[in-house]
Amino acid sequence: MNQQDKIREELALIENWDPAIPLIEIEDMRKAFGDHEVLKGFNLKLFDKENLVIVGKSGSGKSVLLKCIVQLESMDSGMLKVLGQDIAELDHEKLDRIRANVGFLFQGSALYDSMTVRENLQFPLRRHPERRRGDEESSLILDALKSVGLVDAIDLMPSELSGGMKRRIALARTLILRPKIILYDEPTSGLDPITSKEIIELILEIQQEYGTASLIITHDMDCARVISNRMIILVNGINYAEGTYHELLNSKDSNIRAFFKGA
Amino acid sequence: MPNKSIYFSGLMNYFEETGKVTLFAIRFFKEAFKPPYEWKELIRQCYLIGYQSLVLVAITGFIMGLVLDLQTRPTMIEFGAESYMPSMIGISIVREIGPVITALICAGKIGSGIGAELGSMRVTEQIDAMEVSGTNPFKFLVVTRIWATTLMLPILVIMADAVGLFGSWIVENLKGDVTFALFFNQVFNNIEFGDLIPSTIKSFFFGFAIGLIGCYKGYYTSKGTAGVGAAANTAVVVASLLLFVFDLIAVLITDIFYEI
Ligand SMILES: Nc1ncnc2c1ncn2[C@@H]1O[C@H](COP(=O)(O)OP(=O)(O)OP(=O)(O)O)[C@@H](O)[C@H]1O
Ligand SMILES: [Mg+2]
Repeated sequence: MNQQDKIREELALIENWDPAIPLIEIEDMRKAFGDHEVLKGFNLKLFDKENLVIVGKSGSGKSVLLKCIVQLESMDSGMLKVLGQDIAELDHEKLDRIRANVGFLFQGSALYDSMTVRENLQFPLRRHPERRRGDEESSLILDALKSVGLVDAIDLMPSELSGGMKRRIALARTLILRPKIILYDEPTSGLDPITSKEIIELILEIQQEYGTASLIITHDMDCARVISNRMIILVNGINYAEGTYHELLNSKDSNIRAFFKGA
Repeated sequence: MPNKSIYFSGLMNYFEETGKVTLFAIRFFKEAFKPPYEWKELIRQCYLIGYQSLVLVAITGFIMGLVLDLQTRPTMIEFGAESYMPSMIGISIVREIGPVITALICAGKIGSGIGAELGSMRVTEQIDAMEVSGTNPFKFLVVTRIWATTLMLPILVIMADAVGLFGSWIVENLKGDVTFALFFNQVFNNIEFGDLIPSTIKSFFFGFAIGLIGCYKGYYTSKGTAGVGAAANTAVVVASLLLFVFDLIAVLITDIFYEI
């Protein structure tokens, strides 16, 4: 079987994913920087088409967790499976193919500021031609921009966009490879309440349209209430509590209640 | 004895940093010759780096030529060696002043630019974004920039040499009625391959040093906007120092080959 067929088969397997198997599975993940232990045995399972929200205080290791999932940071110990593959063991080529299925929306949007919006959206396609699925590049770009409602911005530079527009373009750039999973690192941070609400609605719409599973990190409880099917509370480097928004809202535990103050 | 430990840790830092830069350079050579190649980005970088520095290098080269001639003329006249002016100027510009001045200017302009650009890309997670989207950021950002500075610097040096010689000729023409043909005839009669080749090779190394240090400082910028400023700043300082070290080595080697 040649390389092309293998890639196509992998794609098909992922597209018809068995809902009983988690897309991401983490067991006992540990990560320390020097003697500062950030994650101390974290567990998580993300299932198909699910919105899982993780809340935690600033500095509790939420971004580190997401970066471990896509191997931007390597964990110290534990088990981490993404789309059924033990991701720490993969060679670079296989890792890139898995990464193409996992979109990442960065905390600060991370648009390439020397490139136009169009070039930003082209960028992920250059090393993943198989993910065009036979479509023209320009029509993929237009589709992604339509999904976030910013077709007019196609020739602008990132410096000409507002914070909310940047977040939308970053989302479009994530969508262009049609990922199975999207990881959102504080999608509403640094945005005003109205723009935040628009972004939250957009995330929900996109989930409907593309059928993705999402892992969303936030400390915005409004965002958590609207988006989540299920929540994990990250305290002291472990998954301190799990449940739906309403289950957790009614908890008596003071560590959990601290997150719902004012909600 | 607090002082001793400060010196010691300073020394350790120095060795650690040198080791890291060396590893970075080794990684460059490993990845530079392995496909996929980023041709388009390489050409863009060559254009940006070469073109952006063109005017600056030309102006500095011109002034350098003028000043060098004006300063040395009186002494040469005193020794009755006025007729040796063109050959003396030619040799000093081509062998030493052209490459070194151009490289210093470029360390200031290009080195700091690369340091700041990659630094801010690191801090705003653009480099991480590249990594997860399947493009190797080291290849796309670092390899292309180091190649571009390495290839462009010799060209800039040759241009600075030419403009500098032209500047000297203007002084010679105004003060001593030396014609264009006479001046450049003398210059080229006295410049040998033994001058041109080492100084061109030297320029490649200067370009490499500027690209390497700029990329290294930018690529490993630690978090925060203050880190970006520091990256740009130290890129210039370290690259300039490294240029002089390379220059010394180059002169010593040339000496062995040509002066025996
Ligand atoms: N590269 C690194 N080197 C050293 N320490 C780090 C590094 N990255 C993160 N940390 C530390 O790990 C801890 C968790 O950082 P992280 O960025 O995951 O926080 P966070 O939960 O995302 O916070 P925020 O909500 O503010 O984004 C912090 O204390 C931080 O200092
Ligand atoms: Mg974070």
